[in-house]
Amino acid sequence: MSSADTLEAFKRDGRIVIVGASLAGLRTAEALRDKGFTGSLTMIGDELGEPYDRPPLSKQVLTGWVPADGTVLPRRRDIDAEWLLGVPADGLDLATNHVHLADGREVPFDRMLISTGVRARPWFVEAEAALDGVFVVRTREDAEGLQQAMAAGPSRVLIIGAGFTGSEIASICRERDIAVTVAELAPAPLVGGLGAMIGEVAADIQRAHGVDLRCGVKVTQLEGDAQGHFRRAHFDDGSTVDADVAVVALGGIRNTEWLRDSGLAVGIWGVACDAGCRAFDLNGLVTDDIFVAGDVARCPNPIYEYRFISLEHWANAVEQAEIAAHNMLSAQADRWPHLSIPTFWSIQFGINIKSVGVPTFADEVVVTQGSVPDHRFVAAYGYQGRVTAAVSFNNAKWLDHYRQLIETAAPFPPPCPTPDTPADAKPVPVDFPGPTLLAQGATVVVTGHDPGERRVTAMRQHR
Amino acid sequence: MTTTEAPDLLHRILDYSSRSDPYPLYAELRETPVALQEDGSYVISTYREIAGILHNPHLSSDVRNLSRPMPGAEERATPSFINLDPPEHDRLRRLAMRHFGPPHTPGLVSGMAPDLTNIVSSLIDDFAGKEQIDIVDDFAYPFPVTVICHLLGVPREDEPRFRVWVNAIIDSINYDPKTDPKEKLDNGVQATKDLRQYLGGLLEQRHGHPGDDLLTRFANDDGPDGRMTDEEIISTANLLLIAGHETTVNLITNGMLTLLRHPQVLQRLRDEPDLVVPLVEELLRYEPPVHIIPWRAAYSDITVADTVIPKGSQIMLMLASGSRDPDRFGDPDRFDPDRQDNQHLGFGSGIHLCFGGPMARLETQIALTELVRRLEGPRLVADPPPYRPSPVLRGPIHLPIEQS
Ligand SMILES: Cc1cc2nc3c(=O)[nH]c(=O)nc-3n(C[C@H](O)[C@H](O)[C@H](O)COP(=O)(O)OP(=O)(O)OC[C@H]3O[C@@H](n4cnc5c(N)ncnc54)[C@H](O)[C@@H]3O)c2cc1C
Ligand code: HEM
Repeated sequence: MSSADTLEAFKRDGRIVIVGASLAGLRTAEALRDKGFTGSLTMIGDELGEPYDRPPLSKQVLTGWVPADGTVLPRRRDIDAEWLLGVPADGLDLATNHVHLADGREVPFDRMLISTGVRARPWFVEAEAALDGVFVVRTREDAEGLQQAMAAGPSRVLIIGAGFTGSEIASICRERDIAVTVAELAPAPLVGGLGAMIGEVAADIQRAHGVDLRCGVKVTQLEGDAQGHFRRAHFDDGSTVDADVAVVALGGIRNTEWLRDSGLAVGIWGVACDAGCRAFDLNGLVTDDIFVAGDVARCPNPIYEYRFISLEHWANAVEQAEIAAHNMLSAQADRWPHLSIPTFWSIQFGINIKSVGVPTFADEVVVTQGSVPDHRFVAAYGYQGRVTAAVSFNNAKWLDHYRQLIETAAPFPPPCPTPDTPADAKPVPVDFPGPTLLAQGATVVVTGHDPGERRVTAMRQHR
Repeated sequence: MTTTEAPDLLHRILDYSSRSDPYPLYAELRETPVALQEDGSYVISTYREIAGILHNPHLSSDVRNLSRPMPGAEERATPSFINLDPPEHDRLRRLAMRHFGPPHTPGLVSGMAPDLTNIVSSLIDDFAGKEQIDIVDDFAYPFPVTVICHLLGVPREDEPRFRVWVNAIIDSINYDPKTDPKEKLDNGVQATKDLRQYLGGLLEQRHGHPGDDLLTRFANDDGPDGRMTDEEIISTANLLLIAGHETTVNLITNGMLTLLRHPQVLQRLRDEPDLVVPLVEELLRYEPPVHIIPWRAAYSDITVADTVIPKGSQIMLMLASGSRDPDRFGDPDRFDPDRQDNQHLGFGSGIHLCFGGPMARLETQIALTELVRRLEGPRLVADPPPYRPSPVLRGPIHLPIEQS
């Protein structure tokens, strides 16, 4: 769109299509209407029913406190959209600006948003994943099934993967007085997100709450009984655990397969976009009409050396939705960059864990406030001498200060003492298992020689 | 940004003659976000800098960390958690919160709504036949006092006794050795002792007796953090008693005053009772009851807006000025109940964020809704009304109104 007139015309009666009708999609739609978009709005989503919130699925829904259908996202305003639910999009044609649906329908657009998020990574053996009593937790149906299985009084629950979701579910098991084994390949829980030092704290907490925590082990097989019900898990160290329920909490897979042939910059880390949420094409050129928001977005952050960062954080989805909506309705000069510092929270074992910044973007970590043995503290993360993140256990009210330190690239370790200085405040190596933030294998190859010919092509990933 | 000395300005703000409208002086003050005073203290008046201080772990609320001790600090007994730092602050606040709000006591505040409405209704019933109503004495003061007495388990009929002590304590908060008679301080110190002794007497009778009031519940609690000592219970009760009504009275009174000054908004509130929720938030920004946090202590050298504040310095936070900062709020001097993104500083922020916020909000929402619904053609008798002496907890001492 070149002139103010065409932009006004687009705002008045353009066509916007949103693919992925969940948090990021709904918030974008609401923001579009808030900002005066009066054209047609189409919401495409493969899940049936009202958009709902996911964080309660591993928390209040599993305790039985909130029914699985009780997490519908609050509507902040009427969005007057056409809803195409229950059918996935399976293609995007950028030449003609159409979204292709699995049932053959074609939906035209002037601008579109990709907010297809993430799905749970399933257990790698399909037949074992299909056993009764084996769960993942991403959708409300998943959570409903797991909550019923928990209510049935299982002898033991096995949780495979001690990231945030797995740890939260383990916590609920203990709250419901259900025996639980947690199996984690890394040396401790939460290590992938928060590093080894915090991981050790998390391990102590789990054990203190009676979790049978087994780290450094790999589950190799899920065994069922004659009725096809999960009964036993085998580990790579030869041991076994008997349980009636297995929760596979091995992270997510970004829902980008439908974009495979779209010509967009798509990979296992999501759809790459600029800081204004505009998608890149395969060549790394920014597109004008395709936007990305939420868990599926992979966005450069100037504060983190312009590296592309993918976040599975609720607040990030909400913030990107706002940015995407604004930029969809703005001329180039008025576009906003998404510059907010990431935040994340989790509740487990009675502890409110919260982070700001990107803890994986760090080489050192130091406890700056509070007391680790009391499980109430703040730890700051540093990368090459500046503060890049902080995490708090039951101490969230201080994090605003750390956000400021991150924004101003304040020196690490943060210097002066506080009234609540911990006994031992020495930085230690952050120790993540393997490169987490940095690229995990190439996703594209460059072809051609002449500058006019050079192009990037996607590499097909094998999982 | 420079640090100029603006001592005169602060004195003008604190001077009683500015009480009815300190806002133009705040605007002047904000030209120097961090203003060093003659006595070595710092006054901070802009939103960003105040919020930064409230979240900065290198600050202390404990006067014992000031390099120049506060007058009278020695004589004052065990500090309550508003004047303590973590971990003590957190422990005591947790122990108190167990009996007041989520997660252990959810629904306590919202469950008070019917009682609050009854108290409000009967106070308004008593307006009948009066030619003039004093919104303060006839309503905004007795209401929160009744509520906090009931909550704490302090006999309502003792109010005339503790009112004298509380007034003396509030008067002494901003005691200035240069301008104020020493007596003002001595009275405050003595009143603190008297009030503590009084609360201690009440507490003695609560040990081992069941009951729903906070004093009883504090006295008989056995949670994961253990139990508060009697000294700690007395300090906490003392804090809740004072904080629980000396502020709310101003919010309700300021609310009525502001509505009478904005008749269209008053009419809107009559027609759309739901407006009361954002309206009370806007009041907390526009005419807040707590104008100043009189001290924080720099626990180490800190830098605020390019100014290094040395360890041990006293820092004064001008909350009401921050909430009118044009860099944070569009058209800040306009009372706009529809304002979006209204992150005012009315309840402070960070770990000392007002403990009683949910209760104060509910009290004020109910009070204003009912006043507006039931008063007929209310008119201010005097504008501005006379103010209480304190520049810290600022509000009218009387608000006479007439009905048609
Ligand atoms: C159990 C659980 C607990 C969580 N807890 C926290 C927490 O404590 N704190 C926190 O910060 N975050 C938490 N999160 C993360 C948070 O929920 C996500 O960041 C958020 O849901 C992202 O929203 P989104 O709209 O980007 O993606 P999603 O919510 O994943 O939505 C994507 C939608 O697109 C649909 N879709 C996918 N492919 C297609 C297609 N081809 N066609 C049509 N539709 C499609 C999906 O079915 C889905 O409805 C949690 C997530 C889960 C699952
Ligand atoms: C409109 C009414 C009120 C206002 C404007 C108000 C304002 C404030 C402010 C600004 C603070 C922060 C002080 C600081 O940071 O040093 C605070 C703290 C506090 N308030 Fe309130 N308050 C109100 C009502 C109440 C009520 C009703 C109660 C009790 C039930 C209460 C109890 C407290 C307590 C205990 C603290 C100390 C919190 C801590 O240190 O952690 N307040 N209040």
